[in-house]
Amino acid sequence: MTARTVLQQADIARALTRIAHEILESNRGSDDLVILGIPTRGVTLARRLGATIARIEDGEAPPVGALDVTMYRDDLAKHPTRTPSPTSVPVSIDGATVVLVDDVLFSGRTIRAALDALSDLGRPKAVRLAVLVDRGHREFPIRADFVGKNLPSSARERINVRLAEVDGDDAVTIDGGEPEHGERDEHEGEKH
Amino acid sequence: MRHLLSTRDLDRDAAIGILDVAEDMADVATREVKKLPTLRGKTVVNLFFEDSTRTRISFEAAAKRLSADVITFSAKGSSVSKGESLKDTAQTLAAMGADAVVIRHSASGAPHTLASSGWIDAGILNAGDGTHEHPTQALLDAFTMRKRLHGTASRGKDLDGLRVTIVGDILHSRVARSNVWLLDTLGAEVTLVAPPTLLPVDTNQWPAGIGYDLDTAIADDPDVIMMLRIQAERMNAAFFPNAREYSRTWGLDAERLVRLRPDTMVMHPGPMIRGLEISAAAADSPRSLVRDQVASGVSVRMAALYLLLSGDREVN
Repeated sequence: MTARTVLQQADIARALTRIAHEILESNRGSDDLVILGIPTRGVTLARRLGATIARIEDGEAPPVGALDVTMYRDDLAKHPTRTPSPTSVPVSIDGATVVLVDDVLFSGRTIRAALDALSDLGRPKAVRLAVLVDRGHREFPIRADFVGKNLPSSARERINVRLAEVDGDDAVTIDGGEPEHGERDEHEGEKH
Repeated sequence: MRHLLSTRDLDRDAAIGILDVAEDMADVATREVKKLPTLRGKTVVNLFFEDSTRTRISFEAAAKRLSADVITFSAKGSSVSKGESLKDTAQTLAAMGADAVVIRHSASGAPHTLASSGWIDAGILNAGDGTHEHPTQALLDAFTMRKRLHGTASRGKDLDGLRVTIVGDILHSRVARSNVWLLDTLGAEVTLVAPPTLLPVDTNQWPAGIGYDLDTAIADDPDVIMMLRIQAERMNAAFFPNAREYSRTWGLDAERLVRLRPDTMVMHPGPMIRGLEISAAAADSPRSLVRDQVASGVSVRMAALYLLLSGDREVN
């Protein structure tokens, strides 16, 4: 297995700082902003973005929460049973600008599920998407508004996002693409 | 999970897994849209050969909140009263494309027969069979206790060291059996208290202490006291002289209630016979978790249906 590091700790920190600025720019400040991470690593990234925004604006962090999409997935029957993660949305999202945060954007199926999950929680004014890595291979008309790094990859390769809070250190690595991996595994690639 | 037939089959991780999924399901009940699209297109059949109100309604609500289609069947007024066998009923349901069958039956082992016979491919959920088991009731009891102990930080926790006393008609109670196995798996200490006539002959293999006196049990300061209903419909002999004597000796009356700690949990799986095993004072006291148990029931059954019906069933 050959793992190549594509983003190091400093790169991730810079990307998140830039995304935080971009979110503030497009929202004209942090009013009515709600940041929701998609478990597991999206939630970690959402917390970091919230803290960075608070630092930039020199004030309160915007509300940060977690939005689990397990129960809204369209591939539940094709995988072993998934255990859902908690959803916690600290404030009403009605009329808010919700920024969804995930680690890797791949087929877009997770984000489609997230949009369904959001519509059961309320009616935001706008929904934006921030991802650390966009690896292409979209299967839905979905795009990210804020991207840490575009990483064109082969569908066979695996992108691993490691974050200090979950994995002990910060890095984005790309492995392999051995042919015996066979059919691409959307689950592995896009989440976990 | 292929079927849910008994709490005896569940190891600690599996049991905590179900309770943790139930936590997420409980959160859905607090939202504006109390529905998830998860089981869209699945059919759940409630097959009730015995009377039930809360279990049937609870399973129905659980399946509907997960967007499954629910067909409820009660034996009264069906072909069963014309003499149809369980096998033919099962094959009829299989032909209609049922994905899960929730079964309550007066014969112990009926769900097991359904699950192992090959008559039907659906996931089988035991909703009470004879005097054998009622696993979702035990799971909802454990969920309620865990919620009371740990609040919002319940996920991943067990019931280590919790002292639970179950009082009443143990002999006929599937709830007691399911609870004994599950609570032991989760690390709680269980004591059964009943008149000797209402205890099974051989409880040697059960991971539970036995007592015959409710006042001693209360003096022992349990964390949870669970009162069971006297199941008159299953009693074919005189197990105690009369209702008044039972209620005086083994009922949780107002006088016994005040001897419990203010934070002792009082539970009852329902339906309660007020004035017999539990007094109105106990049932309506702030210690009583009876209504919490009903609310937990929907969440736990949603979790069970999700775990049974999602995932690749051929692989499992």
